[in-house]
Amino acid sequence: MIVEAGLFAVILAGVLAALQALALPAARLAGRPALAGLIPAAAAAQALAMLAAMAALVYAFVVSDFSVRVVFENSHTAKPMLYKVSAAWGHHEGSLLLWAALLSLFGGLTAFWRQGLPAAMRLRVLAVQGLLSFGVLAYVVLTSNPFDRLLPAPFEGRGLNPLLQDPGLAFHPPLLYVGSVGVSVAFAFAIAALWRGELGPGWARAVRFWTLVAWVFLTAGIALGSAWAYAELGWGGWWFWDPVENSALMPWLTATALIHAVRGVERKGGVEGWVVLLAILGFGFSLLGMFLVRSGVLTSVHAFAADPLRGLFILGLFAAIEGGALVLYALRGHRLRSHVAFAPVSRDGALLLNTVLLLVATGVVLFGTVYPLLAESLGLGRISVGAPFFDATVMPLMVPVVVLMTFGPMMKAGRDDLRRLAPRLGWIALAALAGGAVGMIWTWKAAVGFGLAAAVAAGVALAVGRRRPTRRGLGMAIAHLGFAVALAGITGGSQLAAEAIARLPVGGSVHAGGRDFTLAEVREVPGPNYIATRARVTAPGIDLTPEIRAYETPPQTTTEAAVRSTLLGDTYAVIGDPTPEGTVVRVFLKPLLPWLWAGAAMMSLGGGLALTARMSPSRRRREE
Amino acid sequence: MRRWRLWLPLAAFAALLAVVGFRVGKPEAPLPSPLVGKPLPAFSLPLLEGEGRLNSADFAGRAVLVNVFGSWCVACVEEHPVLLEAARSAEIVGIAWRDKPEDTRAWLAKRGNPYRAVGVDADSRAVLDLGVTGAPETFVVGPDGRVAFKLTGVMTPEIWRDRIRPLLESLK
Repeated sequence: MIVEAGLFAVILAGVLAALQALALPAARLAGRPALAGLIPAAAAAQALAMLAAMAALVYAFVVSDFSVRVVFENSHTAKPMLYKVSAAWGHHEGSLLLWAALLSLFGGLTAFWRQGLPAAMRLRVLAVQGLLSFGVLAYVVLTSNPFDRLLPAPFEGRGLNPLLQDPGLAFHPPLLYVGSVGVSVAFAFAIAALWRGELGPGWARAVRFWTLVAWVFLTAGIALGSAWAYAELGWGGWWFWDPVENSALMPWLTATALIHAVRGVERKGGVEGWVVLLAILGFGFSLLGMFLVRSGVLTSVHAFAADPLRGLFILGLFAAIEGGALVLYALRGHRLRSHVAFAPVSRDGALLLNTVLLLVATGVVLFGTVYPLLAESLGLGRISVGAPFFDATVMPLMVPVVVLMTFGPMMKAGRDDLRRLAPRLGWIALAALAGGAVGMIWTWKAAVGFGLAAAVAAGVALAVGRRRPTRRGLGMAIAHLGFAVALAGITGGSQLAAEAIARLPVGGSVHAGGRDFTLAEVREVPGPNYIATRARVTAPGIDLTPEIRAYETPPQTTTEAAVRSTLLGDTYAVIGDPTPEGTVVRVFLKPLLPWLWAGAAMMSLGGGLALTARMSPSRRRREE
Repeated sequence: MRRWRLWLPLAAFAALLAVVGFRVGKPEAPLPSPLVGKPLPAFSLPLLEGEGRLNSADFAGRAVLVNVFGSWCVACVEEHPVLLEAARSAEIVGIAWRDKPEDTRAWLAKRGNPYRAVGVDADSRAVLDLGVTGAPETFVVGPDGRVAFKLTGVMTPEIWRDRIRPLLESLK
């Protein structure tokens, strides 16, 4: 009964979304402006209906109702409760429902939060959001109904991939979804601005707010996903340039560019058309990611089972939304203004250049992600574009971005003079040289990485030290410092890393990073729904217990790496299956890698702090 | 800004759509199993019924299906009727993977037994050599002892009718 109510709620939400999309044109055609007043109510009701639908699906998983097909396929009575709940979005139908529910929720919040926007803008934004929701809900109902029943109901479920039974994985998809769906708000604002022909008061501030919300969640979601891969997959890596990872990175890069570009427009020192384009592209990359994961065109550890009808439907949805938006941009983009009253050497100039570089980097990631599809279509066989391509292209592009980041924030808005900045640029250069000198102990790449990280940190210190920052300034400082910390972590974890692998008998040892690691013991340990082979790998001051877990349903083994984290770095051990000749032991040393997680947390927190900043009324007046 | 520039993003998008759209509904060529064309890895397993062993060397000179299953495997229930149908014209050998013999016997007694013989692989000895990652999985082995085809997942009536039965007939 609750399950049927869930389906009903989805259909109701779809009807409300259609109402929300059509009320504004209908009000104009019928000459009854009062009709448009229904829009915010429809948006709020749609959000509530979708929350109810999501709750119904979670309920079916919690009580293990195997008469629901997706519960049977993805859950099991023997699973811990946390993973029963997270199984609700661990498959195509459920994750799509979550996606749709978040889209509705953002619509409801936009309706609720007026943010000083004129009604003409607010209602248009909501109408666009209604249209987006309607498309996604049609996709849910027509091709991917999560409330489908099975007759007769099986007694037990097919379990869940044990790889997915990890707290990091239970929470990283919802966080990423909040982020990638969150960029839809900026998209709706962009379409509404093109529709109206102008941005109007409050537009830039609202876009920056919603994009920052999405960015905070995207940052946290990507970091959590990487931390999961690092801990769980047992390869000692944290980023693999997998197509689906790239699908989260592209909206993140675009949202980063948008947050910075829209600041210029807010201060009347930016190019409106560029900001609108970034907003359209940001959500486009989110949709592209959704398409790549769900259409079955790419193989990935993240991909859901392919179904041609679903693939075609989502291709149509992607083409209609993004293509429609870009047609509108081409037809009406000239109406938007450009405040090009700023000099190349100015804060606005640096921001614009940086956002262009970020979008170019996004384009490179996009090329590397879809190139295998192009190659296969052209009959060049199956090609995979891996880390070497991205390292050689994206990394060099990021160097000027980071250089601009060191001194950009301390520049004046309209026009600046490098001579004025010279003393501070000197300090930044000094920090860069110091960092570089430390890095040279290892490799030139380490020198570049540490040099840039030190320069960014120095820039933040100089900016904060000069005068007491506003709350938003403080948020930015924390986020930028977090980036420097993360950059140091990435550099240390890759350039200073050491590893060793050996097949060891119990009592044998292997040498890595100046220490001997001994395989002290190997034994079998029962877990709640698996049997673990647990080893103890010891070195002076270090005691690690990596495991291999053998699950029963479905029969699958997973590797549980043991990681010891300190401020200075990670020591990481993984074992292979024990054989009579011994057990394969791999030891990785990843200096500074924990800084990456700390830095990502600082970036999210800094963004969150900037969100809470209120503008003083006088300043608000000045900027509008 | 010149108007034509505003069309550039749309043009780039159209190109992207052409690239990704072209692949929809065209599943990637399945990664060929490294075993296909190679001799079936040798195994010797205790028989489920009676004394003696199930040896891979015993099938030499005949085309057989080797099916990996278990009473714990829900997908195997789905596949079972197809195997019962296939057993009318083909020789099927089962490998009961990580299963207690009494459970396997009860499962086969309830659903019917399509297998000429069943080997018990309680500790995944043979299954690891065969490169099996999950049940069910089916190998088509030719009279020369080489793997002609490997199916990962459920054998549907369509796969049996369109791929495996014609293949077996061509091997005989």
